[in-house]
Amino acid sequence: MQAVKPAERLSSSRSQPDVGRGQGERPVPLKTRLWRYRWAYLLILPGFLYFVIFHYVPLWGNIAAFQDFSPYRGYFHSPWVGLQNFSDIFSNPDIGYVIWNTVLLSMLQIIFAFPAAIVLALMLNSMLSERFKRFMQSVLYLPHFLGWVIIISIWQQFFGGDGLINQIIQALGGHTIDFITNSAFFRPMLILQVMWKETGWGTIIFLAALSSIDMNLYEAAVIDGASGWRRLWHITLPGIRNVIIILLILRMGSILDTGFEQIFLQMQGVDIRVAQTIDIFTYIQGIQGGQWGLTTALGLVKAVVGTALILLTNKVVKLLGEEGLF
Amino acid sequence: MQVNTPLDTSTTVQVESSERPVWARRQAPLVRWSLTTFMIILAVLMIFPFLYILSTSFASFQDTTANNVLVIPQHPTLEGYKWLWNGGVILPAFGVSVIVTAAATFIGVLLTAALAYGLSLRGLPGSKFFLWVVILTMLISAGLIPNYLLVRQLNLLDTLWALILPGVVSGFHVIVMRQFFMNIPQELIDCAHIDGANDWQVLWNIVMPLSKAVVAVIALFTAVAQWNSFFKAILYLSDSRLYPLSLIVRMLVLQGQTPTDQMSNLSTSAAPPPELALQMAAVVVTTVPILLIYPFLQKHFTKGVLTGSIKG
Repeated sequence: MQAVKPAERLSSSRSQPDVGRGQGERPVPLKTRLWRYRWAYLLILPGFLYFVIFHYVPLWGNIAAFQDFSPYRGYFHSPWVGLQNFSDIFSNPDIGYVIWNTVLLSMLQIIFAFPAAIVLALMLNSMLSERFKRFMQSVLYLPHFLGWVIIISIWQQFFGGDGLINQIIQALGGHTIDFITNSAFFRPMLILQVMWKETGWGTIIFLAALSSIDMNLYEAAVIDGASGWRRLWHITLPGIRNVIIILLILRMGSILDTGFEQIFLQMQGVDIRVAQTIDIFTYIQGIQGGQWGLTTALGLVKAVVGTALILLTNKVVKLLGEEGLF
Repeated sequence: MQVNTPLDTSTTVQVESSERPVWARRQAPLVRWSLTTFMIILAVLMIFPFLYILSTSFASFQDTTANNVLVIPQHPTLEGYKWLWNGGVILPAFGVSVIVTAAATFIGVLLTAALAYGLSLRGLPGSKFFLWVVILTMLISAGLIPNYLLVRQLNLLDTLWALILPGVVSGFHVIVMRQFFMNIPQELIDCAHIDGANDWQVLWNIVMPLSKAVVAVIALFTAVAQWNSFFKAILYLSDSRLYPLSLIVRMLVLQGQTPTDQMSNLSTSAAPPPELALQMAAVVVTTVPILLIYPFLQKHFTKGVLTGSIKG
């Protein structure tokens, strides 16, 4: 492979093209170099094979999107159907709300969960007691490391039919509220869970950006008599703007990912037209229903849309005069 | 051997940020107190659920059926844990989770380190090609169905390998580790080569010991992901004897099945099972290992995340 830009950037810190390890002036013949690195190739081999088998073979497996695929016939003997699977996706009566649910959930997350991490990072950053701040950080990061099964089990102890919240409501003489299986509560619950689990973790990257802002800027502002809010608006926020934009661009790329486990674990009893997202649909129709071609095609559409959205958002951001991702 | 790896720089950043200039140490009392109050409320919101789960796991049958708000059980017992143990599903599941986590962490770290080392060698012919093979896996990946079909074709369905192998090496981890390896002084590696060490020995005896921090980050992240993994088990397993903890917790807590069905011979004992306590005991058993390694995680992950995000 010839020089490609990002790879070049990655290896630039010690680039010493084509002279091998030796400091000699003469170019070393390829055969000698290959032999010199025989152990290194042996080290690369297992990882390389891993990626070929577990990443590139499935990528190639996307050809099932153009087949009437059945696992018994395999990729080589399944009949080709052209774009039939793709047109089947869009004539599927469920696909409308499936896509809507997916996009809506992602948008709700971007609107509520994403800014929450920024606000929390700003608050943590303005805490004066370093010990209290460290304590808060360890408390806030913890739920990120727990699986969804645990998070939802805990959640149901609070919001379930005889959970703590309903016990309190009853003790106060009210009627119990059905938080778990009521479709109206489904989306707000999902968003709140994501916020409880991930907001703390999300602050890390913003805190890093905040700590890299030049302190002299603040000092100058203070001398000029700028208030705390003005410093926030004119120094802090512009200082982390790039990070916010980059994360937003990346987030747009995963707008069709809503996380399988979280929804799968609590969709029982909820109206399927509210709960079903692309990932759930793929699981039910593909793995359980055997519509391999159709669901592979949907996966392919999802991947292409994700990439397109990253490129598009990046373009828009650049048109607005920001730096962008690439 | 003391070598400054890039890890050391991130600790100095932390120290600097704790020494605020005089002007930044003042804050209006109102701001200060509302901030503190908010943080305390937040801390309670984060910690209380865990304490509540823990206390419920010790509740007795009377506690859980009593009609009052239950926060601290009046008659704490270990019944929940006893029933969970006697149910006979939790121990095998715990074993599966431990085996799968250990295997994935070992294999993951080994393959990641070997690949990262190979990619960190400047003069290696074809290194750009291999680097791109890794980077592309981060940019594009296949969907659910092709991955499932692969595991099926490899005949891994209903084996523990189906939980271990998919996703065991992450391109991102390889790039992060490579970045660390590249910051190790070349002279050290050259010296070892002159002394007759081959690349395998250099990696094992020089590079790895100097990169303990990054190895720890990647090992911990792989382990936590594997311990929590649920989707792979749902996808690839139908034999309930292979179920890891996460699936058992779902069965017990979210689907409300009790292991008691399988032990009717024991149900002659007087007290009925404290079902809620049993469920919460399962949650506690699954959470405790994460809590135990959390201090180590915390020591390393911020550095790991930051190096990754800045350089990757």
